[in-house]
Amino acid sequence: MRTCLVVDDSSVIRKVARRILEGLDFQILEAEDGEKALEACKRGLPDAVLLDWNMPIMDGYEFLGHLRRMPGGDQPKVVFCTTENDVAHIARALHAGANEYIMKPFDKDIVTAKFQEVGLI
Amino acid sequence: MTPLDYEYLRKFLKERSGLDLSADKQYLVESRLLPLARKAGLGGIPDLVQKVRNGDGRVSTDVVEAMTTNETFFYRDKVPFDHLRDTILPALIQARAARKSLRIWSAASSTGQEPYSIAMCVKEMGAALAGWRIEIVATDLSQEVLEKSRAGIYSQFEVQRGLPIQMLVKYFTQSGDIWQLNSDVRSMVQFRQLNLLQDFSHLGTFDVIFCRNVLIYFDQDTKAVIFDRMARCLEADGTLLLGAAESVVGVTDAFRPCPDRRGLYQINPARGAQPFGATMFPGLKVAAAR
Repeated sequence: MRTCLVVDDSSVIRKVARRILEGLDFQILEAEDGEKALEACKRGLPDAVLLDWNMPIMDGYEFLGHLRRMPGGDQPKVVFCTTENDVAHIARALHAGANEYIMKPFDKDIVTAKFQEVGLI
Repeated sequence: MTPLDYEYLRKFLKERSGLDLSADKQYLVESRLLPLARKAGLGGIPDLVQKVRNGDGRVSTDVVEAMTTNETFFYRDKVPFDHLRDTILPALIQARAARKSLRIWSAASSTGQEPYSIAMCVKEMGAALAGWRIEIVATDLSQEVLEKSRAGIYSQFEVQRGLPIQMLVKYFTQSGDIWQLNSDVRSMVQFRQLNLLQDFSHLGTFDVIFCRNVLIYFDQDTKAVIFDRMARCLEADGTLLLGAAESVVGVTDAFRPCPDRRGLYQINPARGAQPFGATMFPGLKVAAAR
């Protein structure tokens, strides 16, 4: 079973994402900020990361930079999932190594489409 | 809705659009027509049906559009567009090298995502199609969806279902929560109103026909007639693409499946050309074009 690390400071969003991704046969890990997500990745790299942008302590953009510099850190598929819905943020995320980008609000169809797009389904 | 009203609507929709509703689809009709009745300020579906019976053109058109407009999204099912990019277009680039022109038809294009996905695929071919004349013709029964298609404006939800983020950034312009396809992509597609039950020979001949997830609503005889007419609109080496759950097998021998490429069909050379007029719709009265 593939693993997905859901990184978001909102427990409600993490719960919604977990429910959707478990329905797509992913095993879910959770982190409430970038720093905790990085610790989780050091313990073991997931197959995918669903990543919020704005979080306390370490935001998603900074986390992505650290992840991509880790040994094997180019492997996980990273899908941003954020309210930062403008082209400038999307372009920054892609440049930093994001594979896909979800603009909140989202639903199951969108998550499914994006995970299909990066080849995880 | 009374059984008599339902039977009247079934017959009306079959004649106007080819939509073949089975006897157990009353819930579908109610779910789609009740909002229409309310919007028109009517008491309910019986009043709506009465207006159709009385020949109210506007209401009749709205009923057909409400029942035949179906959801779609960019790069729907993905695989057909992979085939278009990886095999169909490269083969046509070789085969049409002398005339440098291609014609692609998106039949029943709904709100435009399919023809615009085709246009973006063509754009992505880059230099291989530089200097070529590419015509993408998109048709649909509904004037309302054609108007939306021409504008090329989509909600944040619509652009996130099937469209890779790189393509969104590359080919769309954002205005708040709304995204509009750039004019260079919009201008590649000609949108025209067309009822597939009516003659479409005036569209000319195509190299590729996308006809996905529309004939499933038609009965077998109607499907066979439309397939036969499409075969006459397709170049001898052209390709027909159907939806993932559709097939010509058991319906017509005008096409044959492409080996190892599900959903793709080519003209069946074993079958001789059918004369025009041999495959009209016996017993099916087709309403005049709106």
